[in-house]
Amino acid sequence: MTPANPMTRRKDRIDDLAATAGSDRAAAVREAGSVDEKPGVSLIASAWQRLRRSPVFLIGAAITLVFVVLALVSPLIAPHDPAANLLLDQVRPQSNPIPGPQPGYPLGADDVGRDLLSRLLVGSQQTLIVGVFATIFGLTGGMTLGILAGAFGGWVDSLVMRIVDVLLSIPSLLLAFSIAALATRPSQLTVIIAVAAVQVPIFARLLRGSMLAQRHSDHVLAARALGVTERAVVFRHMLPNSLGPVIVQSTLVLAVSIIDAAALSFLGLGNPNDRQPEWGQMLGRAQPFIYDNPHLAVYPALCIIVVALGFTLMGESLREALDPKTRR
Amino acid sequence: MTATATTPGSSRHGDEPLLSVRDLRVTFTRQGEDPFTAVDGVSFDVRPGQTVGLVGESGCGKSVTSLAIMGLLPARGNRVEGTATFEGTDLLTLAKDKMRDRRGRDIAMIFQDPLSSLNPVVPIGRQVTEVLERHKSMSRKAATPVARELLDRVGIPDPDRRLTDYPHQLSGGMRQRALIAMALACEPRLLIADEPTTALDVTIQAQILGLLKELVTESGTALVMITHDLGVVAGLCDEVNVLYGGRIVERGRRHELFASPRHPYTTGLLASIPRLDGARGAPLTPIPGSVADNLPWEHACAFAPRCSQPVDRCTEQSPELEHDDGGRALRCFNPVEATS
Amino acid sequence: MTTTAEPTDAAATDGPADDARAHDDGDLLVDARGVKVHFPIKRGVVFDKVVGHVYAVDGVDLRIRKGETYGLVGESGCGKSTLGKAILGLEPPTDGSVVIDGTDVASLKGEELRKRRKDFQMVFQDPMSSLDPRQSVESLLVEGMKAHGLASDDKATASRLRELLKAVGLPAAALKKYPHEFSGGQRQRIGIARALAVEPKLIVADEPVSALDVSVQAQVINLLEDLQDEFELTYLVVAHDLAVVRHISDRIGVMYLGGLVEEAGADDLYAQPLHPYTRALLSAVPVPDPTREDEREQILLVGDLPSPSKPPPGCRFHTRCPWRQETRCDDERPQLRVLEIDGVPSSHRVACHWAEDIESGKIQPHHVDPTATEQDLREEQDAPHAVGDVEEAVQYQHGGHGAGS
Repeated sequence: MTPANPMTRRKDRIDDLAATAGSDRAAAVREAGSVDEKPGVSLIASAWQRLRRSPVFLIGAAITLVFVVLALVSPLIAPHDPAANLLLDQVRPQSNPIPGPQPGYPLGADDVGRDLLSRLLVGSQQTLIVGVFATIFGLTGGMTLGILAGAFGGWVDSLVMRIVDVLLSIPSLLLAFSIAALATRPSQLTVIIAVAAVQVPIFARLLRGSMLAQRHSDHVLAARALGVTERAVVFRHMLPNSLGPVIVQSTLVLAVSIIDAAALSFLGLGNPNDRQPEWGQMLGRAQPFIYDNPHLAVYPALCIIVVALGFTLMGESLREALDPKTRR
Repeated sequence: MTATATTPGSSRHGDEPLLSVRDLRVTFTRQGEDPFTAVDGVSFDVRPGQTVGLVGESGCGKSVTSLAIMGLLPARGNRVEGTATFEGTDLLTLAKDKMRDRRGRDIAMIFQDPLSSLNPVVPIGRQVTEVLERHKSMSRKAATPVARELLDRVGIPDPDRRLTDYPHQLSGGMRQRALIAMALACEPRLLIADEPTTALDVTIQAQILGLLKELVTESGTALVMITHDLGVVAGLCDEVNVLYGGRIVERGRRHELFASPRHPYTTGLLASIPRLDGARGAPLTPIPGSVADNLPWEHACAFAPRCSQPVDRCTEQSPELEHDDGGRALRCFNPVEATS
Repeated sequence: MTTTAEPTDAAATDGPADDARAHDDGDLLVDARGVKVHFPIKRGVVFDKVVGHVYAVDGVDLRIRKGETYGLVGESGCGKSTLGKAILGLEPPTDGSVVIDGTDVASLKGEELRKRRKDFQMVFQDPMSSLDPRQSVESLLVEGMKAHGLASDDKATASRLRELLKAVGLPAAALKKYPHEFSGGQRQRIGIARALAVEPKLIVADEPVSALDVSVQAQVINLLEDLQDEFELTYLVVAHDLAVVRHISDRIGVMYLGGLVEEAGADDLYAQPLHPYTRALLSAVPVPDPTREDEREQILLVGDLPSPSKPPPGCRFHTRCPWRQETRCDDERPQLRVLEIDGVPSSHRVACHWAEDIESGKIQPHHVDPTATEQDLREEQDAPHAVGDVEEAVQYQHGGHGAGS
């Protein structure tokens, strides 16, 4: 608690002082000023306290929670097998290619007679896997490069950052397409790698930037002056203090990965195994039917938008909570 | 407050105040937080040609006072009460555009950090002429020689060349001079200086203080000097207001105040700073604690927990600012004995 | 450079060095000689090219005796903070030696230097930015002890932590708290406790009170003095506030543009400043006494500090000096020397060619034309933006903090 708001904080002090009336008044405050007995609140704890009160964060977290729970339990609650062509007999390629809603199939089926609702529900699983793993891979790669550049500086920094610059100069989706197209057999993994590769230079640049700022900060100099080993300086001081922007970026990247993966699937570079539904891939499959049966595209698109929004809201409120300027 | 005619400073240019601040109260109301009163019923007068000092440490409300008078507080998240009458107009209730017009023309302000107060991508000369164009409706052509003269007047060497220089090409002292030149462009009657020399070295500080002193004596500009440095106040201000926790705790003309400070905070401040002119070696007497130990003014004296001589009343009742006939005022139940 | 603690020829002819030795040869804790710290100014699109140097510290000899407080004053950009860091090995000197307790730390590198850091610690200007915001006070204090193998026994460490906090006037409850939960003065106490944790011999305090409120400054100054007695510390206090430095120091060195211009005992320096720059500096400090303020005769310096990347030749102060003479000042760099003036002790050294004549009144101050001096300097600058670039270069080297501002 910085002394920003001493008045309100100190009302209870009157009672303390009244209790000491008669005794030596000057001793009421020790020379260094009072320190209350309450245990300390770390930066993360105080950020969390702020987050808990932020409506933006709560909405984002609620959306994300629903999404994650759905992804976990969807195989159990899906009314049908998402890969079974249950309504195939209703598919008439000439007159009615898409079976409509009917009892037991509230959203109808797709062009090969699979239950749309079940596919949407189970699709959340693959979507989550793509988002989470693409972010983790991107984060790992980016952080490795960022720590290398930020911790060593000098020519290592120059070399790493030139590579990063080259990667950044390629439009991100084009890069993802190129990587996905390189794969001889596209699969979920190639999608994840392609999407993650786009994020690597972004994470690297971000982490390197904030580590460089930390490198020149007083508390890092203080640790060095204390004789702390260079390793500990990097991993105890520079890295933890540089992670804030990276954490925020991760939540945003989760949203971006899902959208990028959807774009890859849409363009046919996604997972060809359509027995494993995924929202982006469903969107891609809906392409030929977009005029007569837009709902095939609208449902997965809506799901993607809502989930991406959830992550983005969380990221934004995290950014606000971690911003030292808003700290009291 | 009745000023006796024999005292210099307050009566030198007449008794009619140019700026009269009454019961100024600024409360910050941030969402999800308890409201915080940064300035708590501050009143003071500034007369033409007079230099009034607002002294105190960080968090005493001195800067917020000046920003409130200038209408420069953020539009939301605060509540400003009281009046600040400048030549018959209450600045606090003035419409935004009217206030904008006043600022720069009648009232100007200089800040602590000259670099962040100047536009980094506009040459110094242009920044001065802009003020002239705006408030004096001069053409840029007509304004340029005036700007040159202003730079010359504030002691910027080779003003012709400096007109085209950008802020980053000037040193800290020169930037502060340029800022003062901008403030003077429209010959304001009131100048508010918020820690104008804190960011500068002592030799440069001496130059800037000399310049400000000269301005007040030569053009009769009234000056409100906001600072934490008692040395700066001692050399510059006619009247000194000592602020603590958002309230004025002591006021007096500079010679009287420094000769016989009465409030324990004022005496504490004076005893806690090492001085160049005193004997060396004696330990300093610090004020214990920090502003975090303050009590709320509503129920007590905020300074009581840090005070060297508190009495029981100090934690039971809120002291009032009591004025005497000689222009001195004091907010204390148990003041330090007058030495003279 | 290899330097031993033996006196060199230069030092042997050096009066005050003799003086210091005369008291007790083993008394010196810090013996820094010819310290230079030059920062390269780099520019270039693809490959950085060195286009010049910032001569932050340019040949300083500094000797600090055990148990004394040496104050280093000067204005921002004079190199005082850089010199402090060079002595701590935080800014490797370009040239010169820094012997602390018999070892030339300027020649040490890596692990050797790290281990030696136990003996010399630093207290920073801004207690907020110099404490890692993510560490509790306990982990801040333990870190240094761990780094030097002083925290092997948990129980002993715990009691040591309490002792440290008690020494700096904080309750034990502070251990579990984080830096942002303290006031500025309390944070500075934590910073001091952190330095004390490794039982150092020398503490370099870089503007230890200038970020604090006036009423709190005295607390920290008193604390530093108490701790010096209690733990037999030697201090190098770097500050711009002359009153603070005078109060706390036994001896004082005045720096101007990378070099020492005057060095004397604290009382001697303030009673009889002999270098024109010291005179101007002392006369510029406002005093909280209106009567003295009204009487105070100021030596107003004109113009600004020249750029440390293009220091003027000869005496560095000649461009602003009101006593500048036609001869010597412009082309001969004065060295610190003892003056032949009655009553001036041999420990009082001044780097001015004309100090005797100025003191006796034979040379009178004259007007300095700011435009002339400034233009002289300008012509020497090759690029129009040089001043700004130099500032940036210095700031970069200092990790975003202007030298001792």
